[in-house]
Amino acid sequence: MSAWRVGMLVLVLATACAQSPAARSATPRTATGDTAGTAIAGDVTVFAAASLTDAFERIGQVFEARHPDATVRFNFAGSQRLAAQIVEGAPADVFASADARQMEAVEAANAPVTFAGNVLQIVVEPGNPRDVTELGDLGDRDITVVLAADEVPAGRYARQALDAAGVTVAPVSLETDVRAVLSKVALGEADAGIVYASDVAAAGDAVTGIAIARDHNPAAAYPAAVLEGAPNPAGGQAFLDLLTSPEGQRVLRDAGFSTP
Amino acid sequence: MTGAPEPRPVIPAGVGVLSVLAVLLLTLPLLGLASRTPWADIPQLLRDPAVLQTLRLSLVASLSALALSTVLGVPLAWLLARVEFPGRRLVRALAVLPMVLPPVVGGVALLLAFGRRGLIGQVLFDLTGWSLPFTTAGVVLAETFVAMPFLLVSVESGLRTMDRRYEEAAATLGASRWTILRTVTLPLTAPSLAGGMALCWARALGEFGATISFAGNLPGRTQTMPLAVYLELESNPPAAYLLSFVLLVISVAVLLALRDRYLGQP
Repeated sequence: MSAWRVGMLVLVLATACAQSPAARSATPRTATGDTAGTAIAGDVTVFAAASLTDAFERIGQVFEARHPDATVRFNFAGSQRLAAQIVEGAPADVFASADARQMEAVEAANAPVTFAGNVLQIVVEPGNPRDVTELGDLGDRDITVVLAADEVPAGRYARQALDAAGVTVAPVSLETDVRAVLSKVALGEADAGIVYASDVAAAGDAVTGIAIARDHNPAAAYPAAVLEGAPNPAGGQAFLDLLTSPEGQRVLRDAGFSTP
Repeated sequence: MTGAPEPRPVIPAGVGVLSVLAVLLLTLPLLGLASRTPWADIPQLLRDPAVLQTLRLSLVASLSALALSTVLGVPLAWLLARVEFPGRRLVRALAVLPMVLPPVVGGVALLLAFGRRGLIGQVLFDLTGWSLPFTTAGVVLAETFVAMPFLLVSVESGLRTMDRRYEEAAATLGASRWTILRTVTLPLTAPSLAGGMALCWARALGEFGATISFAGNLPGRTQTMPLAVYLELESNPPAAYLLSFVLLVISVAVLLALRDRYLGQP
């Protein structure tokens, strides 16, 4: 078993337990600790779309370096699941969704701001052994395709892309978040899937990404908001401020997102 | 149990309070579910083709898993109960491990064994072009992996506690080994077998973690009721409450069928 397969196994297990403690390593404090003097402390709970996992964990480290008394706790899952959890009363400070629709489902979301964008890519096994070059190839019955479910933003965007390209696909599985699509391809169980460009970047050598023609590629927009009734509204606002700050935007761009 | 009537026990302080808390903890979620179940919509939801498809798939997969568990589990239970062989304890430990293993870990382990790149799965895929993940057969395999130990444990304990003298008597009367098994051993262990089968079926019907990680989620092929509950909770909560309630009713029915084992003590 190669190293990346073990890595994907860890990824699968990690996504299986939705709660992920943010801070594992001590990040050196940045010089720009300008807000460190203010009273940002305690747990800051951030519910974020699965595709944001790697970028947000990095931003969480920056946040904790700036606010040593605060701890960021992430809940990564499909945005539709997070929205349902918040509607059912989950105590979150910040909701970062992969589309506007799931943000609108959350009435408690206070004036959402769009902080990042993304595009779709076809994800295939490393080196593209099945020679997939465009969306049309996914209509081939011999190619095992996995998509995100229609409720998941990535699944809805993928449907839009396939419809725009006029391609009919018979997926073998509809996954509950985009990272599950990625892991099915990385583990070699599926030949192809449709994920975000940032997911392909996060998976490194485990997969290969195939660009999708621009006129078939819906632009994903990520809104984030502090929630009314947040247990730690000041902490939530500070996290949101970091997201839209030059430093937060740089981390997002490094992770393969576009920034407004 | 028989014997002299036991003296009335004195309830230590705290035990009563903690017991009430335990009962509340276990029953409040059920009340919550019942309170949100859309009773008026039940007839309509039960005619919904999507709900019926999920129900049908769940029944087919869980009954297949039960059949596979019985065919494979009963002989192994007999072997473990009756035959001394080196490594017996190890075999028993491995066979019941899925009872305590997180099911999602079971699903990942199944992928690494039977998936397209798995130990066996790769050979199978190279030879036939066919692989188990994303198929109904994959659901049956995942459910069997998780549920068979329940049958195994129950049947083995039935075989161990039965009175062996009936078998010995049959043997001295000249009955063949097959006749003894058929006319003495199996009837005497029938209650444990039935109990084990009911538990095994209920566990297979409720399987979630191994199924979603090994077989994926596709309506009509791999989306069983627990997976549908998980997904409907996001798009159509009333349907999720109803499907949950159907699973609850089935679970209560299994418990009633097993009442002699679990509800039998006065």
